[in-house]
Amino acid sequence: MAGGDLHPASATAGHGSFVEVVAVCVRYLPLLIMLAAWEMAGRSGLVSQQMLPGVGAIATAFFDLLQSGELVTNAWRSLSRAATGLGLAVISGIAVGLLMATRPLFRTLINPLVRILYPMPKSALIPLVMIWFGLGDASKIFLIFLGCLLPVIVSAYHGARGVNPFVIWSATSLGASQEEVLREIILPAALPDILAGCRTALAFSFILMVSSEFVIAKDGLGFLIGSLGDGGNYPAMFAVILTVAGTGFVADRLFGSFVNHCLRWKEQA
Amino acid sequence: MSTLSALLKREGLMQALVLVGLALVWEASSRAGWVHPFLLPPLSDVLVRLFTDMQSGAVFVDLGLTLYRALTGFVIAAVLAVPLGILMARKRGVQWFFDPLISIGFPMPKIAFVPIFILWFDIYDTSKVIMITFSCFFPIVTATYSGTSHIDKWPLWSARSLGASESQLLREIILPLAAPSIMTGLQIALPVGMITTIVTEMLMGGSGIGGAMIAAGRFADSVGVFAGIMEIAILGMVVIRALDRLRARLLVWHPENRAH
Repeated sequence: MAGGDLHPASATAGHGSFVEVVAVCVRYLPLLIMLAAWEMAGRSGLVSQQMLPGVGAIATAFFDLLQSGELVTNAWRSLSRAATGLGLAVISGIAVGLLMATRPLFRTLINPLVRILYPMPKSALIPLVMIWFGLGDASKIFLIFLGCLLPVIVSAYHGARGVNPFVIWSATSLGASQEEVLREIILPAALPDILAGCRTALAFSFILMVSSEFVIAKDGLGFLIGSLGDGGNYPAMFAVILTVAGTGFVADRLFGSFVNHCLRWKEQA
Repeated sequence: MSTLSALLKREGLMQALVLVGLALVWEASSRAGWVHPFLLPPLSDVLVRLFTDMQSGAVFVDLGLTLYRALTGFVIAAVLAVPLGILMARKRGVQWFFDPLISIGFPMPKIAFVPIFILWFDIYDTSKVIMITFSCFFPIVTATYSGTSHIDKWPLWSARSLGASESQLLREIILPLAAPSIMTGLQIALPVGMITTIVTEMLMGGSGIGGAMIAAGRFADSVGVFAGIMEIAILGMVVIRALDRLRARLLVWHPENRAH
């Protein structure tokens, strides 16, 4: 991502901390400018408070929702669905991708399906899961599962296909079993690709979670946003939308540092 | 080489056979009553529906509207994001201002903002297109910025020392060298735009495939839902293929195309 490498802080930890603080402030100043412009737009009457609630009103609404427990309950419902769908997709996606790369028969059987499903905008399946599983959890978990599955399969497949065959041959000639080759060679070599696929899947899980809850739901963050909007409670609606956006951002960043941790054996490009 | 292509051909044939087999299993399982025909209507029924909708022209209206919205949003996003990405890589001030905004906006689930755009621009095409632009914008600007800032400095220095002006530099060096990653950004953004188009149509209505499908879903018309899924699958595939072709055409000089 654009920002991370420009960060001057990490290299000189504990040294010149004042300079670091200033650097961080200068770096994030544009965000403050945007917030100030937002607040000004409302205060000056340029934009109606109804259309763009002020920062303060949104913060108040946020804490109200937090206190009433509405935000936490619905966030828990949404995130548990997303995590279940994503987790199932990652596990089965890696397995299917690796099998496709190592077993030609399996690839012949699965590849046509992958090629049809991969380019399809997964949100088109919302009415289908509605027919199949109704309005409960199962429909959303299945949708998230299917949407996240394909990027993981494709990345695991490409990662495993890209392994230098000489390394596999040498390992085999040294007496490694098929299982050992998979665990010790193919999986580590495919790991960067797999993790990149998982990061895409993480983004998809959030998109599909929110959009399925907009269309079909009885609870969850998307539903909460919709019902607050229908009720005309716009500060609260903005607060929940920003919560969803912030959660997606934090999840991506956490996963990014997890990726760096997993790939620390790899030389930086 | 010839054995390889023969092998590939055989694998292609096998894969086509797998698809035919799946289609037969689909048809048989709902005809024989193994699966309830409401959950999985027979493939033939879905194809007949597709055909009648094609004859009445309904499919083309919906496809056309969806494609129009998706492409308009996508093109506006590209027109805004590519210059901004290049400017960010070339001008420190621009980079300073936009980098934090974009690194926060990039990983956010943009679809959550749909209700805000409905509030601001109502439920017609304006808000749909703006929403699609919004979600396509970030992948394109990020890819353009990273592609432009990783350009080797030697060609830039040589061109400048040979007296190239800024606009020549842009046209002859920067754009060609950043083109592969700009194209990658576009290739990431287009599917995102398609997903967004479908969701906005489902939420706001106003025809288009998404609207038609959610209506079919609400009326428990599962044949209509499956027909819609097929239409979208085909549209998605065509659009992505078209962008692949465009990439090969534009980057015909690039080493990435030499292997084929």
